[in-house]
Amino acid sequence: MNLAWPLTLGALLFSIGVYGVLARRNAVLVLMSIELMLNAVNVNLVAFSTWIRETIAIGQIFALFVITIAAAEVGIGLAIVLLIFRNRETINIDEIDLLKW
Amino acid sequence: MSETIVFLIAGPIALGSALFIIMSKNAVHSALWLILNLMALAVLFVDLDAQFLGVVQFIIYAGAIMVLFLFVIMLLGVTREELLGEAIPIQRVVSGILGVALAGTLVWILLNAYDESAFGSLAGANSAGNVQGLGRLLFSKYIFPFEVTSILLIVAAIGAMILARGRTEEESASEVERHSGEDVRL
Repeated sequence: MNLAWPLTLGALLFSIGVYGVLARRNAVLVLMSIELMLNAVNVNLVAFSTWIRETIAIGQIFALFVITIAAAEVGIGLAIVLLIFRNRETINIDEIDLLKW
Repeated sequence: MSETIVFLIAGPIALGSALFIIMSKNAVHSALWLILNLMALAVLFVDLDAQFLGVVQFIIYAGAIMVLFLFVIMLLGVTREELLGEAIPIQRVVSGILGVALAGTLVWILLNAYDESAFGSLAGANSAGNVQGLGRLLFSKYIFPFEVTSILLIVAAIGAMILARGRTEEESASEVERHSGEDVRL
């Protein structure tokens, strides 16, 4: 196996996540797309960690921290989505434009 | 050789399920496709000599985080579909172009940096066991970030609890008093 394969997979996953964040209007779907992007980064970290034949697995430690941050981010993000839904009866991010003007 | 075969199976599954996540109209379907995506990536991590990360990916993501997602989706109503009209006219087209452009650029850079050298293995770092190696690093060199992470998780948990908690009756009564006459919105 070549290093370019997992890196290409990571790049494509990241691009799909970017499309999801830009195009979807459901706030929960946007959060899922962000998860997709974080996972693409994890693939990169793990692939490089293996490729350079580390003597200690620093890349995996980083990926572990990314997973933790993602968990915290999802918790807060979904709480905010719930709060917005309770106040405005919608989770369509086009309609949440309080800061627009 | 065997890791190449595993990659060729798990990689396309991860890509395909990622496409289904952003394409499907129903949020529950998206969540289920995301689970498949995370599982494929967990297989990939094990394939790349990161056994502990693969298991963690499986338990934390496909287990805990996806339950959270599904819970919120169900709470907000499964039948709620996205409106088909678009506020910004060509939003989907533009974001499609941007996504494809980003993917093209990244893949092009990768192909230019194509390296013939074979993939390594983590045999050195994993000689005493993958979990043992990670644990030793985490509790010695990276002890400070590790502890900071625990604080972050506590803050996130308390914050989520406070945000999602319903108002008590006294609070909403005083709220109405204060805002009487004006439009009470978030």
